[in-house]
Amino acid sequence: MRVALFLTCVNDTLYPDTGRAVVKLLTRLGVDVDFPSGQTCCGQAHYNTGYRHEAEPLARKFSDVFGEYEAIVTPSGSCGAMVRELYPRMGERARAEGRGDGLATALAPVVPKTYELTEFLVDVLGVTDVGAYYPHTVTYHPTCHGLRSLGLGDRPYQLLKAVKGLDLKELPGAQECCGFGGTFAVKNSDVSAAMGADKVRNAESTGADVLCAADNSCLMHLGGTMSRLHTAMRPIHIAEILASTEEEPLS
Amino acid sequence: MSGSTFVGMPAFPSPAHPAFPKAAHEAVGNTTLRANLRHATHTIRDKRAKAVAELDDWALLREAGKQIKDHTLRHLDTYLVQLEESVTAAGGIVHWAADADEANRIVTRLVKETGESEVVKVKSMATQEIGLNEALEAEGIHAYETDLAELIVQLGHDRPSHILVPAIHRNRGEIRDIFVKEMGAWGRPAPEGLTDTPAELAEAARLHLREKFLRAKVGISGANFMVAETGTMVVVESEGNGRMCLTLPETLISVVGIEKIVPTWRDLEVFLQTLPRSSTAERMNPYTSMWTGTRDGHDGEGDGPRTFHLVLIDNGRTDTLADEVGRQALRCIRCSACLNVCPVYERAGGHAYGSVYPGPIGAILSPQLRGTGSEIDASLPYASSLCGACYEVCPVAIDIPEVLVHLRERVVQGGPATRQGNKVVLKPAKGHAAERAAMRAARWAFTHPGALGAGQRLASRTRRFHPRTLPGPGRAWSATRDLPAVPAEPFRDWWQRTRGGKDTGK
Repeated sequence: MRVALFLTCVNDTLYPDTGRAVVKLLTRLGVDVDFPSGQTCCGQAHYNTGYRHEAEPLARKFSDVFGEYEAIVTPSGSCGAMVRELYPRMGERARAEGRGDGLATALAPVVPKTYELTEFLVDVLGVTDVGAYYPHTVTYHPTCHGLRSLGLGDRPYQLLKAVKGLDLKELPGAQECCGFGGTFAVKNSDVSAAMGADKVRNAESTGADVLCAADNSCLMHLGGTMSRLHTAMRPIHIAEILASTEEEPLS
Repeated sequence: MSGSTFVGMPAFPSPAHPAFPKAAHEAVGNTTLRANLRHATHTIRDKRAKAVAELDDWALLREAGKQIKDHTLRHLDTYLVQLEESVTAAGGIVHWAADADEANRIVTRLVKETGESEVVKVKSMATQEIGLNEALEAEGIHAYETDLAELIVQLGHDRPSHILVPAIHRNRGEIRDIFVKEMGAWGRPAPEGLTDTPAELAEAARLHLREKFLRAKVGISGANFMVAETGTMVVVESEGNGRMCLTLPETLISVVGIEKIVPTWRDLEVFLQTLPRSSTAERMNPYTSMWTGTRDGHDGEGDGPRTFHLVLIDNGRTDTLADEVGRQALRCIRCSACLNVCPVYERAGGHAYGSVYPGPIGAILSPQLRGTGSEIDASLPYASSLCGACYEVCPVAIDIPEVLVHLRERVVQGGPATRQGNKVVLKPAKGHAAERAAMRAARWAFTHPGALGAGQRLASRTRRFHPRTLPGPGRAWSATRDLPAVPAEPFRDWWQRTRGGKDTGK
C-alpha cells in the first residue's frame, strides 16, 4: 500500500520528532511511508478564521500532492477533520456560490482516504498492540476535532492500553476543550488561558507524568501553559509513545 | 453589567457594548462568578446527559426536530397565514411587527387600551429581545416578571445571563440579599429573618408574586410553540407562575417570534420530549400550558383570557432565513443545552455576549438578527474554540461551529447578506487588515513549498535568538503560555537528508 504521511505544517515546522515517530512506527508495522515534499498546509487556520476563499488553493494543492496515494495518514485530529469534514463543505459552498463542481470534484478523491493516525492503525492496519514500550504514567486528552468531528472514540485508549509498561489514568473532564482553538487562543486569550489552566489542573490531578494527545497544536497550548505554571508534567504526542520500544525507548 | 438599566431587561441592540474578549476579561478574573457558573453548568450538563441517555431514539427525535423545523421554515409564509386564520377563528387578534420598535408600540397601545398601568409577565425571550419592559416603563406601565429567576434579575437591577436560568450568575446568598433589599420597593417585602435556604427563598418569592397575580388584569407572555393548524400557543415551564399569568388576567398579549411555528399538534410530540430533557434535564416539565384564542371563542366554556392578542415579531428573522448557512439558527427551541456545555460560556459568563441570547446560540443568533455592524456583534462569531460540544447536544442539530465560521467569513470578507429584507453586499469589518494580509501571505507561502521550507530553515537557524515570550500583540499568546522551542531542523529537511531515516538508520 502506498501510504503518504501528511505531517501538517505545525508538526513539520515545530514538532519533527512527532513526524519521525510516525515514520518509525509505521515502518515497524510494515508500512511503506512516503513524505511528499510538495505538502504544506491543509488550510484549516484560514478556513476557521473566516478566510475560506484563501483556503481553497491550499485544499487544491493538498489534493494535487496526495491524490495518487492509497492512504493519507496524519498525526492530527483537527487537520484530519479539515480534510474529511470540511473539504466536502468547501466544495458545496463553491457550488452554492455558482462556481460549479470544480472544487468539489478536485477535492473528492482525498476525502475518504485521509486517516488520523490512530484510525489508520486500528481500522486500516487492524492493530491495537503496536509493540510499544513506555514505562510511564500517562493521561490522555481527546482533542475536540478527533473526538467530535472524526469520532475517534476509544481507539487511542485501545492503543495506549496495549503499550507495555504504560499506566493509563483517566482524565477528569476529558471531553472538555483545552482552549486552543487556533486563532481563538490569541483572539480570546483570557478565556483560552483559563480553559488551558483548568485542563492542566485536571491532568495534574491524575498524578500522571505525561499528558498525551493526538494533536500537537493542542499540546503546544497545554505545554506552554504547563511550563508557565511550573507543572512537573510534560506533553507528548501519542505517536511518540507508540513509536517507543524497549530497544529504542523515547528519550 | 455594571451601569445598566433596571426596569427589567436591556434593550436588545446595545451598540456600546464592548467586544467579547474585553467583556469576558472581567468575568474570567471574577472567582465568585466562575465558581457559580462552573457549579451550575456542570450540574445541569451531567443531568442532561443522563436524561438524554434514557431515550433509545434520541438521535431519531433530534433528526425529526430538525426536519420539522426545516420544513416549517421553508414554508413559513404558508404556515404564518394559516396560523393567523386559526388564531382569528378562535377569537384572538393577530398583529404583525417588522421590528422591535413596532412590536413595542403595538403592545404599549394594547395595554393602554385596557386602562391598566401594570402587567404580569411570563418568562419570555422575545419580549427581552425587543426591550419591552423598558418601552412599557417609558409609557408609565410597570411590567412585573414572575419567573423566579427573572424576578431575581429584575429586583437586582441586573441583566439575565442565561436563557433558561437568567440568574445563574447569582448564588443563594446573593439572592437572599437582593430579596431583603429590594422586594419592599416592588410590593410585598421579604419575610423577616429570611435565610438563604432554597425553600425559604421560594416561599418569599411566592408570597411576593401571589399579590401580583391576583391583582393583574393584563398578562404578557411569549410562547415556546405556536400550532398553525389550531392557532394554539404553548408555554413550557417549571414553576407554574407562567400558568398563573396565562389564566388569571382578562387580557393576554403573547409576543412571539415568527419562527416558533409548528404545523400540527403531532409535531409537538417531538419537541415536548426533546425540550425538557435538553433544558432542565427533566423527562417532562411540570407545567405545559396550551391555549387557543379566548374564552369566548369556545362558547364561553373554556378558561383563560377574555381578550387575546398575538404579536408576531420578525426583528431580523426573515433576513436570517435568507441566508443558506445561517438560517439553521432559526431552528433553535431555546433549550440552552449549548450554554451549559460551552467551555467559553462557563468562563466568560452570559453578560459578555451583550445580548439576551448568550452562549453559542447567541454567538450565531445575535450577529444575524442584529447584523455584524457593532463591535460586539462582529466579535461574537469568534467567541468559540469551535470545540463542537454545542452541536453535539443541540436537540435540533444546529451546526453552531459551521455557522460561526460562516459568520467569521462575513466579518472578515464581507459579501452578500439580507438586511431589513433588502439584499446588500457587506464590506469587510474594520480591524482585520493585518490579519487579512497575514492570511494572504500564509496562503502564498503554503502554495510555494520552497518558500515555506526556506522560512522553516531560517526559523531553525535563528532559534537560539528566539525569545520565549513575545512583545506587542504576541503577548496574547505569551502572557500565559511559553512559546514552543523551534527544532534544529524541520521534518522536511530531515526527510530529505536521511530519506525518512533509511540513510542513517534513525
